[in-house]
Amino acid sequence: MRRPRYGTHLFLLFMAALWLAPLLWTLYTALRPKAVTDKYGYWSLRGPLNLDNFSTAWTQGQLPTYFVNSIYITVPAVLLTLALAAMMAFAVSRFTWKFNITLLILFTAGNMLPPQVLAAPLFEMFKHTPLPYSLSTSGSLLDTYYAVIAVEVAFQLGFCTFVLSNYMKTLPVELTEAALVDGAGVWRQFRQIILPLTRPALAALGTLQVIWLYNDFFWPLLFLQTGDRLPITTGVNALQGQFIQNYNLIAAGATITVIPALIVYLALQRHFVAGLTLGANKG
Amino acid sequence: MSKLRLSRSDRVVLAVMVGVPTLVQAVLVWIPTLLSIGLSFTRWNGLAVSDIEPAGLSNYRFAVEDYPPFWPAVAHNVIWLAFLALIATPLGVALAVVLDQNIRGSRIYQSIFFTPVMLSLVLVGIIWQLVYARDDGLLNNVLGTAGTPGAVDWFGDPDVNLWAALVATAWRHAGYIMVLYLAGLKGLDPTLREAAAIDGANGRQTLFRVVFPAMKQINVLVVVITFIEALRAFDIAYVINRGTNGLELLSILVIQNLVGEGQVIGVGSALAVLLLVVSLVPIVIYLVRTFRRAS
Repeated sequence: MRRPRYGTHLFLLFMAALWLAPLLWTLYTALRPKAVTDKYGYWSLRGPLNLDNFSTAWTQGQLPTYFVNSIYITVPAVLLTLALAAMMAFAVSRFTWKFNITLLILFTAGNMLPPQVLAAPLFEMFKHTPLPYSLSTSGSLLDTYYAVIAVEVAFQLGFCTFVLSNYMKTLPVELTEAALVDGAGVWRQFRQIILPLTRPALAALGTLQVIWLYNDFFWPLLFLQTGDRLPITTGVNALQGQFIQNYNLIAAGATITVIPALIVYLALQRHFVAGLTLGANKG
Repeated sequence: MSKLRLSRSDRVVLAVMVGVPTLVQAVLVWIPTLLSIGLSFTRWNGLAVSDIEPAGLSNYRFAVEDYPPFWPAVAHNVIWLAFLALIATPLGVALAVVLDQNIRGSRIYQSIFFTPVMLSLVLVGIIWQLVYARDDGLLNNVLGTAGTPGAVDWFGDPDVNLWAALVATAWRHAGYIMVLYLAGLKGLDPTLREAAAIDGANGRQTLFRVVFPAMKQINVLVVVITFIEALRAFDIAYVINRGTNGLELLSILVIQNLVGEGQVIGVGSALAVLLLVVSLVPIVIYLVRTFRRAS
């Protein structure tokens, strides 16, 4: 096809400009000192640019604390999700037993529910589960990372199991049957044959889950009450109240928050996109 | 699938591999779902479990008849769905179809449209707050209304804030759909298009009569995702104004009834059950299609 594509290019350029405008506006606002925008207004090209807002937002907005909290939640949650999902996927995809499809269906369905449907019972369950004060300042599971991690794991488990089981189904049956004949137990088949072959899917899902959990707002909002325990996505929402009318600082805080997700995405772009589409292509 | 006899220890190992994830899933997803249904027929203040009293259908009756934000929330969820289904999702599909044609700069465009997908909806809300601010925002300055009495407060005015929030949501949603659809298009058997070209089909005919029908599986997924995203809508409205004043949504009403003062767990649960019942429609459609093919 050699016909001119001016229309297509015009459409794409227009859309790209529309897509980039909010991001560039945020970055530009973040780079301009408050004094400069007060003098010339936000809609202006005048005045110097510098990084002062970033350092102010970083120290005054408690961002380091929020970042560390995000790591406390994201790392264990992603590792646990992948480990449990891989085991479950192995059992449902490599063996035939009575309820394997039923369980897989229930797992998949669980992940698709709106989280608010489960909110009240989970909140009350955690509130009524006593914990020693050495483990939890609230004396219950509320306001602890355990609660957030457990629910994040349970909620992501269905999707990961679904994707991994589809992936494991595509591995030839002969692999594990030969191993079984050679006397390898179920655990060795899983650990030494299936799991290494599932690495691409695990990498894709892991990348996707890191970004999703990093971005999750709702569960920490529901379970965590102490402000300095919040992870970054829930915490950054507080910046709007803290830096009222100081759009420069809000923009700087928002930009800082994007950076880790951006780094993960740029470094592992292939895996991230693969993770998004894994569930779509097979299944 | 292995049909060879398993040893006793292998059975134990398998039971643990299935049992632990199932227990986690049961305790933290399925049982709470059932408890939500149960609590929706009770009156409870959330204090002692012994305070739970049966309440019949009164929570549902209250929600539907006497709870002012209920019908606005339903209307907003319907508008949310319609906007995603008629504008945001088709836009994502259109971008995918255009970018699938090996256009110069295709990869750069893909990265640009995809960038909002890795942002949280909280950040989407904050970034668009900067765009929509009345006197200092990008939009009103471009329109030339900033600083005049005619300037619209896009997130504050209850007549327009739903639409403003939807535009911000679409900014992220369209990129997500684009990536999914593009992956589907790339995976399409190229001989399909060649055959259509040999038969003399033009670009439009190939697209509508050959490509779209062959993408059935992705089409279903995209429809299901659109439906579920509309029901799950929460974060952005909560970030803008906690889902009040023009931005009421079912998911937010659930939470407003559960935490904070005026805790009415029965009413919150009744709203959660209504949300659950509607959500089951796309979930069941998706599961039936997916697992019928597999078995």
